[in-house]
Order: sequence, then structure tokens, then C-alpha cells
Amino acid sequence: MAGQALLSARGLTRDFRGFRAVDEIDLDVAPESVHALVGPNGAGKTTLFNLLTGFLPPSGGRIELAGRDITGLPPERVARLGVARSFQITSLFPQLSAREHVALALQSSSGLGWRFWRSAKLLDRYTERADELLAMVGLAELAQAPSAALAYGRKRALELAIALALDPKVLLLDEPTAGMGLEDVDRTVELISRVRAGRTVVLVEHNMSVVGRLADTVTVLQAGKVLVEGPYEQVRADERVITAYLGAADAAR
Amino acid sequence: MTSTVDTAADASRSTPPSGLVAVAHAPGWVRYALLAVGLAVAVWLPNGLYPAVAVDILCWALFAVAVDLLLGFTGLMSFGHAAFWGASAYVTGLVAIHAGLPFPLAVLAGALAAALLAVPIGYLAVKRTGIYFAMVTLAFAQMVYYVANEWRSVTQGENGLQGVPRSFPGLDLTDDYYFYYAILPIVLLGLAAAWRIVHSPFGRVLVGIRDNPARARALGYPVHRYKLTAFVLSGFIAGLGGGLFAVGHRFVSLDVLHWTTSGKAVIVVVLGGIGTLWGGVLGAAIVVRLEDWLSFSGFEAIGLVTGGIFVLVVVLFRRGIWGSAAALARRLALRRR
Repeated sequence: MAGQALLSARGLTRDFRGFRAVDEIDLDVAPESVHALVGPNGAGKTTLFNLLTGFLPPSGGRIELAGRDITGLPPERVARLGVARSFQITSLFPQLSAREHVALALQSSSGLGWRFWRSAKLLDRYTERADELLAMVGLAELAQAPSAALAYGRKRALELAIALALDPKVLLLDEPTAGMGLEDVDRTVELISRVRAGRTVVLVEHNMSVVGRLADTVTVLQAGKVLVEGPYEQVRADERVITAYLGAADAAR
Repeated sequence: MTSTVDTAADASRSTPPSGLVAVAHAPGWVRYALLAVGLAVAVWLPNGLYPAVAVDILCWALFAVAVDLLLGFTGLMSFGHAAFWGASAYVTGLVAIHAGLPFPLAVLAGALAAALLAVPIGYLAVKRTGIYFAMVTLAFAQMVYYVANEWRSVTQGENGLQGVPRSFPGLDLTDDYYFYYAILPIVLLGLAAAWRIVHSPFGRVLVGIRDNPARARALGYPVHRYKLTAFVLSGFIAGLGGGLFAVGHRFVSLDVLHWTTSGKAVIVVVLGGIGTLWGGVLGAAIVVRLEDWLSFSGFEAIGLVTGGIFVLVVVLFRRGIWGSAAALARRLALRRR
């Protein structure tokens, strides 16, 4: 199984001062699948995300990307190997325009960033591709706008465009619809289903309808451990999940 | 303890200084006009001021721009830049005295030595941010100060390096007036280099790192290495200023390495406007001119006056003189539209 998975974790563990946030998790993300991580708050989803992307070093265990050990690599190395992430809290460069954000992402694999003796006009070569990506996420008209001026839903869309600009093998999206209105949620789901073609997506998501519409595989986490894993319908019907999480969510709806 | 690295939440807290945008978005003709005025003032300067003061302004302009490269464009406040200014002053002085090279080569040697010194200091310092970065740079600068103080056989300790020559084949530069014009091209080159760095693909990445380091890492940018490169480039430009300062004064005293020199550089940048680049040049002109004027007026407590002005500017014009002027100009331009 580990041989087929594009991104896999074995016995992945992370301790915070006596508190075990992620507890010996095994995870296998199949190529070209959408794999959702769900679970109640504090289940360890975001910690797991930070471990997989190198933002936190694991206390134990191992992470492999396409068979290559990436455990303990710093985030910039993990990103360069093809794992792109978005952030739960929108994380942009307030002074740069939407287009400059995407150009900065496109540029990162080129080494142009080291050319302190060249003009920034050198980056104009990315304008066309950047505008394509912005059009894809519905930001074509806002290419010149400083990111700080964008509405919340637009910022989330820009996050996605930046992640896509890295042309990643694996796209990790941390709650892409968090805090969105229904309309934006629909648009985001539609967008993700469009860009997932040929890609592998790992998704942390609270909104179960989003998970149901997107995910091939769902892993339910609870207290840092894997509670259940399987296709959405199967996981949804699982009694342990209903008591732990889905029951409450359904009742709320 | 750095294991929990800068996360997204950490990054979202940082608020960038806002001077940069104002200048960068000024229309083309405004920028050319400003450039023309700046060059004209630079050419006229030793006719309006004591040439020795004008020379000091040029040196400090380089120093300030070097500090702003880190403070304004990389988000790092170095409180130990005297190490590079001063190390270059000593190396420049020693090379000029012992090797008898033309002064630009001695200054180049000094600036390269400063850049070299910036490699290990920067390597250790960029792993920290904020106040910790400032403290690490200060600590290293103090170390350099004590080394220079104790290593009397080379640096002459408290007596300082005497008789640094202003040698240049075919030119007599003993008069400060002519010396000013001899160093002006070097200073303009240094300022142009800083401008180019800020407006390069590298500079774009630096601003990204300043505003959101976690995001920059997630895009695949090795943040520490970028910061280190900026630190070394800044050390080189500060060294260029320090070397010219040594030749200008024909003398290197321990003061060039003192922590108050680092502090003065930061004050000059804050006064002029963080993240504005040219604000540092303006700040240098004001501070150097003011200090010279006060020292000749027979007033003892110079620090009291410069300190008072500093407090006033920080309270009244948070963006510094250049930054506030640029913001005002932008607001007026918007209103007219």
C-alpha cells in the first residue's frame, strides 16, 4: 500500500509539552485522489497538516512523498518537492497585488529570486501564466488589486491560485471554505473539482457537505488518532463516527 | 525552541511599514524629477556646506541605505551595523596606509571585508527575529569593538589609526572639496546598487519574506538564506560608507565600532522613513548637518537636541520624513483627481 501512495505517513507523532496532538497516525494518500481529513476541533488535523508540509518537525514517525523520505525537511524543501499548501487563516502578502502573488509563486522554482542585480521587470514573463491562473479562480478583473483590498472569499480564491501556481504533486488545503457564505462555498467546491483533475488533494474540512461532494477517501481523526478511514458513504454510516462527530454535525443542520 | 517555527498565525500579526508603496506608485515623471533634484543637490552640496560635512553626509547616506535594506525591506532591525561600517573603516585604513593603493581600491577591500564579516554574523543572527535579532547583532558588534580595542598592534587601540592617505594617481585630494567629487561617483554607485536590489526579483522575495515569512516558505523560498544574502549585501554597502568615512577623516577611531554608531544609523533611517530607501539619505543629511551645526554652536548636549527631534518626528510623523511626505503627496494627488 505504501508503495502505491503518493503521500504517506507511518507512525507519525507530534508532542507539545506532554500533550500528544498527533498519535502514531498512518496515512496513505492515493495518487489523483481527493483525501479529506475530518474530525472535531483538537483532533489534530492542522497539526498533521503542519507535519506533512514540514512546518513542524515530527516527534516520531516517517513521511514519504512518492517513496522518498521527506521526514524533517524544512517547509521550503517540502514545497519544492511538490507539496503545496494553503493556510487556514488567510495568509497573503498585504502589499503585493494578486498578480504579483501568483508571479512570486511561479518564480519560486526558477532561481530568479536570487538575481538581486536584475530588474524586477524580469518577472513580467510570468504575467500571462499568472493571469491564466487568476482567471481560473475567478479573479481575472482583480489582478492588479492589492491583496489587502480583496474580500474574504476572493482572498481564499487567491490562496488557491498561489498553491496551483506551484504546480504541486500534492495540494494540501486547510479548510478552504472556512468562514465562507453558501455562494462562495459552492464556487470553491466547483473550483476544486475543476482543478483536481490529474492532481492529488488533501483537504481539511469541517463542512461535511463539501467533503461529500469532493472526497474519494475520508479519514476521521479523533484525539490525534485515526478513528475510521474509507469512502465517504461508508464513513458517514459508521457508528463510531456518528457518535464522535457526524451525529453532532447532522443534528446541527 | 525554534521547532515551532513561524506559522501562518504568526505571520498575519506582522504589519508592514507603508512607505514603500507610496514611492513605488508615484508616476514616472515624479520619480525622474525627484532623481534630477537629488542629483543636482548632490552636485551642489559642497558649495553650500562645509565640504567635510558634505563628505560625511555621503558616507552616512550609504550607511543608512544599508540599514534600511534590512529594516525596511527585509524586516530585520540590525542594532550592530557599526560592526560592518567600522570593520571596513579599519580595513580600508590599514590597506591605504600599508599597501598605498588608490583609495577606491582600499575602500573596496574594506567593503569586501565587511561583507565577509557579515557572513558568520548574519548566519547566526537570521535564525532569530524581532528583538532577538537586534540583540544578536548588537552582541556581535560589541565583540568586534572589543577585538579592535584590544588588538593594539594592528588597530592602535584607543589612539586610532592615524594618517590614512587619500591617494589617487594623478589627483591631489587633500582638499575636502575635491575629495567630495572624487567619492560622489562611488556613493552614487552604492545607492544605485541598493535601489537595484530593492527593485529586483530578489527584492520582491525579500518584501514577501518581510510581510509573511511562513507564506514565503510554503512557496519554496529558503527564508534564512534570503535573509543572510540581504544581510551580507547590506554589510557590503555599510562597509562602502565606512571605508569612505575612514579616508574622508584620514583617521579611524574606535568610535566607528561603538554601539552608539549602530544606534545612530537606525535613528537616521527612522527619521528619514523606514522602507523608503531615499529617506535614509535625507535622514543622514539632516542628522549630520545638525550635529555639525550644534557642535560649532558650542552647545554641549548635542544628544539632547537630536534625541528630542527624533522623538518629535517619531510621534508626529510615524512614517519618517520621506514616508510622510510621500503619503501626503499621494493623498493630494488622489484628491485632485
